[in-house]
Amino acid sequence: MDLAVKNNLLENIAVPSDGTSAIRHQALYSLHSLGLPTSKTEEYKHTAISRLLEKNFQSLAVSTSKGNVVADTFRIQNLDAHVLVFINGEFDQAQSSFSTKELNIQPLAVALAERKEIVEKYFSKLADTKADAFVSLNTATWNNGLLIEIKNNVQVTKPILIHQINDASKSKIITASRNLILVGKSSEVSIIEKYDSIGEANFSTTVNEVFVAENAGLTYTLIQNDGGQRYQFNHTSIQQESNSRVNCFTLSLNGKAIRNNLQLSLDGEGIDSHMYGLYLLTGDTLADNHTVADHRKPNSISNELYKGVMDGNSKGVFNGKIYVRPQAQKTNAFQSNRNILLSDKATVNTKPQLEIWADDVKCSHGCTSGQLDEEALFYMQSRGISKDSARAFLLYAYAGEVIEKISNETLRNYIDNLVSERLHKNF
Amino acid sequence: MLSIKNLQARIEEKEILKGINLEIKPGEVHAIMGPNGSGKSTLASVLAGREEFEVTSGDVNFLGKNLLEMAPEERAREGVFLAFQYPIEIPGVSTVNFMKTALNQIRVARGLQALDAVSFLQLMKEKMKLVEIDQSLLNRSLNEGFSGGEKKRNEIFQMAMLEPKLAILDETDSGLDIDALKIVANGVNKLKSKNNATIVVTHYQRLLDYIVPDFVHVLYKGRIVKSGGKELALELEAKGYDWIKEEVELA
Ligand SMILES: Nc1ncnc2c1ncn2[C@@H]1O[C@H](COP(=O)(O)OP(=O)(O)O)[C@@H](O)[C@H]1O
Ligand SMILES: [Mg+2]
Repeated sequence: MDLAVKNNLLENIAVPSDGTSAIRHQALYSLHSLGLPTSKTEEYKHTAISRLLEKNFQSLAVSTSKGNVVADTFRIQNLDAHVLVFINGEFDQAQSSFSTKELNIQPLAVALAERKEIVEKYFSKLADTKADAFVSLNTATWNNGLLIEIKNNVQVTKPILIHQINDASKSKIITASRNLILVGKSSEVSIIEKYDSIGEANFSTTVNEVFVAENAGLTYTLIQNDGGQRYQFNHTSIQQESNSRVNCFTLSLNGKAIRNNLQLSLDGEGIDSHMYGLYLLTGDTLADNHTVADHRKPNSISNELYKGVMDGNSKGVFNGKIYVRPQAQKTNAFQSNRNILLSDKATVNTKPQLEIWADDVKCSHGCTSGQLDEEALFYMQSRGISKDSARAFLLYAYAGEVIEKISNETLRNYIDNLVSERLHKNF
Repeated sequence: MLSIKNLQARIEEKEILKGINLEIKPGEVHAIMGPNGSGKSTLASVLAGREEFEVTSGDVNFLGKNLLEMAPEERAREGVFLAFQYPIEIPGVSTVNFMKTALNQIRVARGLQALDAVSFLQLMKEKMKLVEIDQSLLNRSLNEGFSGGEKKRNEIFQMAMLEPKLAILDETDSGLDIDALKIVANGVNKLKSKNNATIVVTHYQRLLDYIVPDFVHVLYKGRIVKSGGKELALELEAKGYDWIKEEVELA
């Protein structure tokens, strides 16, 4: 059944020349030797993303057409944030507003050119170009993105919103962005990455490398709510030092095909990590979440909860890896993936993958997939609530378990409304 | 008000109701008794519109309309209410929100305006008193972690909110201590009027000391095998169900 993926998508991929040229060329070399994933590629076996890209694009070279979108259309109402808008991969100064009082924000390319130590210590150190063809593609071709640097002992008061909008109304668009985020000791920051798009098919890759120093706190929220034509690859690697706290939210509310890699490396003691995910899929949407919690030192906690709703012909994929290294005694690691399938044609592939080399650990994992609870539906209907509202009500309550964990009230309300509206309209 | 004729229903090839006949007029209280497994809850569920059960024959007319053709929510909007034997737990949905949606959908279906937040709260406060239920309970996820008694009380609270024309109480007494039983019965009695009717499903006489029935029916193996006045309940209490079973086997 599997059409061999002709790698002509990878022809004509130009590598910009800058301070990271050597890394870029290496990545390109990896890309060609890996090839785009097929159904035989272990980490992509349920996700025929290459085939979808083949159907929709001639090449995966980054496109240069400019876009024209009013970012406000997609804004998060009332959210007081540092806002950085990118349209078709180009930083849009006019639509951005941020201050650099508490933190350093600059184009990543500039930072890498000016500060050698950043390249040496951090860049391309977490996201492995040899493990994933899309990481290699991104590393070879990225042309936009930020360095966000928070010094020690800074509580950044406002969240930072990176808003990536693709305007594919005139032509198909391919973008590649790259962010490097350094959170200093005992500092605290919340970063929101939001994706929107208009128009035709567009494909984006993003790779984020995040270093969270001792005793620091990071909230990282990914909002994928595209108008239906974005193919997207998002890879986020986070390295945590001792006593740091990380809360990740991956909210895939709309889009065409999504692949998210979220990899946490718990490289210290007393770490607290949470990964929450919510995916609401309709039509022929695909969302694949691959997560890793890698416990490298003793006495840390990781906790993961991903919930999905799949309707129509949509497809969900979840793969959750937990590694507990031999020295990581007294680890607590929990993982849960729950799915509701609303139609006969919707599918989900869920796979927990635990590799535990230490003996004194507490680990648990569970995955379920099922239909909406018929008894609960009947109960609600018997009180006069229409079947559609009852469904939406139940799904909304189900999603609420993830949404309620969002601590920023404005953001939580925004997501809450978005989810509620979508469940009432599209499910 | 409610007229059931030769109602037969099954689930997965298993015949459960084998021809039920029952006439209920406004203002009446009917008790349906019978041993476990007779089909009492099935009858209640079929009347409320549970789709799992397949109605194979018979008619049910409610206020001049064919009840069996209606979706469960339509029945509720027409005034049917079922207090569940086993109320469902719904995590993440508070009773308050649930009732607000239910009440307003019913009101809109009847051509009335939806209640605003203030009027809704007022109504809720009033009904809470009736069944002596606490606000904090109603703010919690629907029935989640409620005790058996709290669930039953919540059912009657919902009934009070929705003011049905036909209330079907399925084993509302089970799991209640005597004080809670009195409160629940008192709530039901206060909601009674000459315009609405109540079906009380139970297999103990106890509840009927507080909600006094006009008629008592014994349901056994999917049929109503005996009907009488409230004294029939006392007789069943004294003699158990064996004599009824024997009568049925002999006939
Ligand atoms: N969902 C179901 N699936 C299969 N059998 C059922 C189901 N519900 C009820 N029954 C069967 O129907 C019969 C009547 O049950 P029920 O109506 O609950 O009786 P009662 O309420 O009088 O105790 C019993 O034999 C019961 O096992
Ligand atoms: Mg029963």
